[in-house]
Amino acid sequence: MADKPNSDQGLDTKFQEDPRFKVSHREAIIGIVIAVANFMWWFAFAYGLGSKPVEEYTYILGLPAWFFFSCVLGFVVFSCIVFLAVKFFYKEVPLDDDQGGGLK
Amino acid sequence: MNWPVAIPLLVFLIVVFAVGIYASKRIQQAPVFLQEYFLGSRELGGLMLAMTMVATYGSASSFIGGPGVAYTVGFGWVLLAMSQLVTGYFTLSVLGKKFAIMARKIKAVTLVDFVKERYQSKWVVLLSSASIIMFMFAIMAAQWIGGGRLIQAVTGLSYTAALFIFAVVVLVYVAIGGFRAVAITDTIQGIVMFFGTILILIGTIVAGGGVSNIISELAAENPNLLTPYGHEQQLSAIYVSSFWILVGVGVVGLPQVAVRAMAYKSSQAMHRALIIGTIVVGLIMLGMHLVGVFGRAVVPGIEVGDTVMPTIAMEVLPAWLAGVVLAAPMAAIMSTVDSLLLLVSSSIVKDVYVNYIKPEATEQTVKRLSITITAVLGLIVFFMAVNPPDFLIWLNLYAFGGLQAAFIWPIIMGLYWKKGNKYGALASIIVGVSTYILFDLFWKNPLGMHGVVLPIVLGFIGYVAASLLTQHRTMAQQQEVVSRFWGA
Repeated sequence: MADKPNSDQGLDTKFQEDPRFKVSHREAIIGIVIAVANFMWWFAFAYGLGSKPVEEYTYILGLPAWFFFSCVLGFVVFSCIVFLAVKFFYKEVPLDDDQGGGLK
Repeated sequence: MNWPVAIPLLVFLIVVFAVGIYASKRIQQAPVFLQEYFLGSRELGGLMLAMTMVATYGSASSFIGGPGVAYTVGFGWVLLAMSQLVTGYFTLSVLGKKFAIMARKIKAVTLVDFVKERYQSKWVVLLSSASIIMFMFAIMAAQWIGGGRLIQAVTGLSYTAALFIFAVVVLVYVAIGGFRAVAITDTIQGIVMFFGTILILIGTIVAGGGVSNIISELAAENPNLLTPYGHEQQLSAIYVSSFWILVGVGVVGLPQVAVRAMAYKSSQAMHRALIIGTIVVGLIMLGMHLVGVFGRAVVPGIEVGDTVMPTIAMEVLPAWLAGVVLAAPMAAIMSTVDSLLLLVSSSIVKDVYVNYIKPEATEQTVKRLSITITAVLGLIVFFMAVNPPDFLIWLNLYAFGGLQAAFIWPIIMGLYWKKGNKYGALASIIVGVSTYILFDLFWKNPLGMHGVVLPIVLGFIGYVAASLLTQHRTMAQQQEVVSRFWGA
């Protein structure tokens, strides 16, 4: 699992980045993408449907439609997205370091 | 004394207490005392990790304060509260495996351990420990006051007596049981919070004659309650959205949450926690705040926000069930306090004493000291909560945002940017905390957003600018840090 040497740090060329960090970087990006999508969903439904005068509101399961879509459905949808993302994109890596850090 | 309500609550307290005693047995057998006492030997499984994160984060405000505001403001506040859904998956994804791996590489036990090794600076350590001790103290005291008031309201005991019961239970299990006791009790408390929320939500809907009925009553009273803008149209879209920073993504900067991201057992535990945490946070936030809004139609005319939740519970549920449900806010308060208590204690023992005062202290001394300091801290908080001084109340207002402003960049950039150095960390802590307090005093809600947003942005600029400007001064040190933290 050799990693490419990290040259932009001015370190000696033997430096190898921990290969597990590739996995963690990918997962951090997935987390950010889901968060951005979650925000857009939440915002679009809340203020897209909720800005109308109250007399024009429609209701789903008794709740104002903007609230139902934004908060109730949004909660369900994003729980499912998180579930699927974890199942398919998150990788299992060992957390312990075999060299044990060595420096302390 | 209101026995039917009080009994389930007391049973809950006893169970929590017993668990703490059980966990303390594990401490005797643990190979490394500090790792066990402050991190539970990094053995958290998925459910425990999820629950301890949710429970630590979900405090009195989620169960008492939040629903109280929702009662007055309406659906707009539920919308705002739902920005917290993101904490369930964002924190663990971003700190994620990287933090867990790096913490293991350097054998970090506290957040400050990480900061110390990453930045190699005494000043960064002292400033971080000082922020933790100062702000956490304030949050803790505020939570204890909440705990005391709740027992008082439910049982009819005097405030001091109620506070005393609360304090004794929490203190004993945290002091002798350490992190493992906190994590196990957090799990029980999280489960109580989860089911308590469902019960009271159902109870409220039934008592109000169904959702449609409740909604039409609210519409008749004030149609604004049904909008995202609040009962007086006071909530702008940008203000509500800015809470995605304060209570959403910014939560990665809270030390009590971050420290949990280095305590889990395996990647599998983290994956499971991501899913469970998201569902549990979402359900609790949605459910509790909806109870607040619905409660307005079911039990109108409650004057004091903080009494909304207990009043509704006792109104819509049979007494014994109300007792069970009221264990939920009690659980929320306890699970926040216990974690903070341990965090402050770890800051004093590990970050200050072992690092700088007496590095050669024996295991036995550290052990005795940890338990003593935890207990003494608890006592100090107790006496402060009996008669809370003004500065504490004042400090508490800044605590949540202040901690985020201080820690978010030293943690995140420390993990992801190799060029980040001690000057960057210092700059971001100083800029973040000071602008946060200054904005609050002189420019409330800058640009229509919550006061925490700009300081976080400024802290970021400070971090990057200071790190880049001082690259030449820290060359050698940085190389060493990078190979230790990033090396294969």
